[in-house]
Amino acid sequence: MASLAAKGAEAEAARGLGNVAFVGVLVVAAVAIFGVTRLFGNDYAFFAAYVVVQYIVLGTAWNILGGYTGYVNFGITAFFAIGAYSSVVLYKLTPWLPLPVMIVVGGVMAALVGLGTGYLTLRLRGVFFSIATLALAVVVQTLITNWDFVGGARGAYVLRPKLAPLIGGAYIEYLFLVMLGLCVVALATARAIERSALGYGFAAIRDDEAAAEASGVPTLKLKLIATALSGGFMGMAGAPLPYYVTYLDPSSGFSLNYAVNAIAMPLIGGTSSWLGPVIGAVLVGGVQEYIRVTISSAVNVLVAGVLMVAFVILAPQGIVGLFQRKR
Amino acid sequence: MDVSLGLLTNAVISGLLLGGFYAAVSIGVAISFGMLDIVNIAHPAVILLGSYVAFIGNTVFGIDPILATIILAPAFYVLGMAAYQIYYVAFERRDDQSLRGLSFFFGILFIAEVGLILGFGVDYRSVQAWYTQGNLDLFVVELPWRLLVPFLLGLVMVAGLQVFLSRTFVGRAIQAVAQDQGALRLMAANPAKIKRIAFGLSFATAAVAGAALIIIQPVEPSIGREYIGRIFAICVLGGLGSFPGMVIAAVTLGIVESLTSTFFGPSWAPAVAFGVLLVTLAVRPNGILGR
Repeated sequence: MASLAAKGAEAEAARGLGNVAFVGVLVVAAVAIFGVTRLFGNDYAFFAAYVVVQYIVLGTAWNILGGYTGYVNFGITAFFAIGAYSSVVLYKLTPWLPLPVMIVVGGVMAALVGLGTGYLTLRLRGVFFSIATLALAVVVQTLITNWDFVGGARGAYVLRPKLAPLIGGAYIEYLFLVMLGLCVVALATARAIERSALGYGFAAIRDDEAAAEASGVPTLKLKLIATALSGGFMGMAGAPLPYYVTYLDPSSGFSLNYAVNAIAMPLIGGTSSWLGPVIGAVLVGGVQEYIRVTISSAVNVLVAGVLMVAFVILAPQGIVGLFQRKR
Repeated sequence: MDVSLGLLTNAVISGLLLGGFYAAVSIGVAISFGMLDIVNIAHPAVILLGSYVAFIGNTVFGIDPILATIILAPAFYVLGMAAYQIYYVAFERRDDQSLRGLSFFFGILFIAEVGLILGFGVDYRSVQAWYTQGNLDLFVVELPWRLLVPFLLGLVMVAGLQVFLSRTFVGRAIQAVAQDQGALRLMAANPAKIKRIAFGLSFATAAVAGAALIIIQPVEPSIGREYIGRIFAICVLGGLGSFPGMVIAAVTLGIVESLTSTFFGPSWAPAVAFGVLLVTLAVRPNGILGR
């Protein structure tokens, strides 16, 4: 936890940095977090930290579309599971493929699905896109359940290698390192978007789409870019999942928890900047892990839902917004 | 594949009956989404709440499941009015319906589902009544009561609400809200008050639809999600806010789903609604009877 506070302090200092320097700061923070996690000396620290970092990636991915353009994607599980199941397919066909390559493939698959869904529904009002993504989650689950090659309803087993490549130690350390790397890429992308013409275009769509369109902002194109990027990162976050859980079946891969967490975390942290999903994921993920260990795993899933409803009603700008108002 | 005429007739008839039931579960969203422009994606969770009311009424107190939900429908009405009040104060008045309003209902959906899991577990629950088994024998075809009763219930609800909306003062005010809120305000009527009543009504229909659901199939807490795609596919296909269009869409979806599960297997049926929804949105977003 100390390292996370350190990361927050560094992030404060990074406010005025350029994109390259920002990536440098993120990499330093990631290495520091990895080092501190290793100090715990047991695998549990890695398993717990992996989940939090995975949610930072998922929350950031959701925020690129939801927070920046204002379009709500409820089909997180669809994109996440597409990433996870493309890894299952690759594991069965080409098990020698390194994990980062699998992540890229999973990301591309999810991005393509996002592009397709977006192309069909993003020309309409935003709610239709949201409803379509809700239904997308059900249909992708139906397809996977009926697809015997990836185990169908029975699920698929994936053998996790005993030793981590490159760094040595347990494989979970490698998984965690890969997820940290993905997190650096996602955060750097999100922050670069915020400060680019693309980000201003997204914000224009969020604030008044008709006015943006009238001023010559290519709204459909920008929305499709956001959907593909967002879906792609969700797919990438899901790609290592089979190796993390080692047994993947449709009902756990499509668990509503992923969707609720990925939406709740940016909304709780604040949707206007890249920092929001990080704060939300660390806070909610940390609290959930604490409750899971101390109270029960049934109550822990409720936390995100209750916090999300409370925040959208009482603090619509999230935690980041609370601090901005005070200043 | 062996396509016999009898199998086809049976699939079409049970699809038709299923369609009446789909009309019952969709009518609440036809009101909230179609008329009030409130995207209540938590509606299936409210329907499930109705199913569990029917379940408790039936197993604990031994009363008829439909009767149980009709007795408790006023409580759902009040719950709906309260939900609208929160929505109005927190989102509609702030003009922040899309991102946070949608997330609000999504959160409610999730909390309701987890709450039901904590309260009742993940076991399938069902009810007992004279119509949960047996058939109505009509010489040529046999109609299972289990499908026929929800079908009739759906049609009665749609017809009743249609009469209410076109004949009564409040009903006409609800239709006026759907058409032009600003004009309603000029007539010195309060749109928020009318919308509160209408949203309460949509919750009350969900209670009765819940009884229909638990008659048709055993329920468990996560079953509601399957209905989100169905309900919104029906409402969009039917043209938002049009009851006749909704009934046609519900029956169409029922028949297509029934044919799909007869000829390709029941595990494919949930995907049908999504296909219908996507094609409608891409080709004819105003629905078949759209304005």
